[in-house]
Amino acid sequence: MFVLIVGCGRVGSTVARAMLREGHEVSCLDEDPESHARLEVGLDKGWEDLGGQFTVGAGLETDALVAAGIERADAFIASTDGDNTNIVIAQIAQRRYDVPTVIARILDPLRAEWYAGQGLHTVCPTRVAIDMLESAVREGASRTSPDQPEEPAETA
Amino acid sequence: MYIIVVGAGKVGWNLARELLDKGHEVTMIESDRRRYLTVEQELEHNISYGDASELWVLERAGIQRADMVIAVTGDDEDNMLICQVAREKYQVERIIARVNNPRNRPHFDLLGIKPSVSATDLILRLLEHEVPEYGLVHLLDLQEEQLEIIEMLLGKDSGVTGRRVGDLDMPEGSLLISVLRSGKGFVPGPDTVLEPGDEVLAVLDPGHEEQLKELFGPAQNGAGAGG
Repeated sequence: MFVLIVGCGRVGSTVARAMLREGHEVSCLDEDPESHARLEVGLDKGWEDLGGQFTVGAGLETDALVAAGIERADAFIASTDGDNTNIVIAQIAQRRYDVPTVIARILDPLRAEWYAGQGLHTVCPTRVAIDMLESAVREGASRTSPDQPEEPAETA
Repeated sequence: MYIIVVGAGKVGWNLARELLDKGHEVTMIESDRRRYLTVEQELEHNISYGDASELWVLERAGIQRADMVIAVTGDDEDNMLICQVAREKYQVERIIARVNNPRNRPHFDLLGIKPSVSATDLILRLLEHEVPEYGLVHLLDLQEEQLEIIEMLLGKDSGVTGRRVGDLDMPEGSLLISVLRSGKGFVPGPDTVLEPGDEVLAVLDPGHEEQLKELFGPAQNGAGAGG
């Protein structure tokens, strides 16, 4: 599988390494040339030596997307630090380049939820954090006050 | 009309002033605190502070009852997202988006965000208008309606000068609608004879530009039909 990751921050670079390790072909696109160094954290060889690809450019630039290989991508991950950028480039990957698997990271739960309803595959780290925090608090509360009857968890 | 203007930069602020002057109800949304405070001194309750790409901020500004949303921030992604959400989630009937980088225009089109306005494109158009070598000037492009109006200045070497309009081999789907001669415009008849220095306006289906350029441009060697 050929995976294109746009936005090579902590999330993007870690996913990129994991995909490469699993034997996939991986291409990363980031505006910041320095982000290449983050890709190589913990690797004993260079990113390119291991078969990885890295392109400097913005996710909205058609030329950069093409150079990074969007036309033959099987999977596209939008993980820049901008929600709106991710939403827009994910739709470009989906509609213009027909990439079969498109995933967008969206930090804002409201936007993530609405775009998910519109057929975009979204991952919302904030939502995950909220859920984990809530259940951690509930667990803690039920441990410290065992006498209290437990309220049924609210479901949305 | 109730109009939400996102982005209180120079474009947004002046736009809001004009719209308020025309009697519209306007809410601006600005995400930069300092800019908001500056504009708020003049516009008072007509401006609200927040990031308009957050849905609750749009809802607080009353997007559900907005007749129009105009996104003129300096960020194309934000303008695209705000307009997309306005139209698709909140069913706002009219949207207008500012394109900062003209290269992003295909993305606006892809997401169905129309009309979009790019100052850079407008200036390029003006440049075309001012610099006659460009030959053909777009006066109006109605993409949805598949219609455009162009203007051409006839040079001394134009292949059509001295010819009757009725004799011109106009491409199908195009029509000569006006001639500007010595500062005056008139609708040409079949007997109108074109002169060097005339500016002709034609309406056409998209895609006929090249044929018109050939027809009205410099005469080919061995001019006339065929050649």
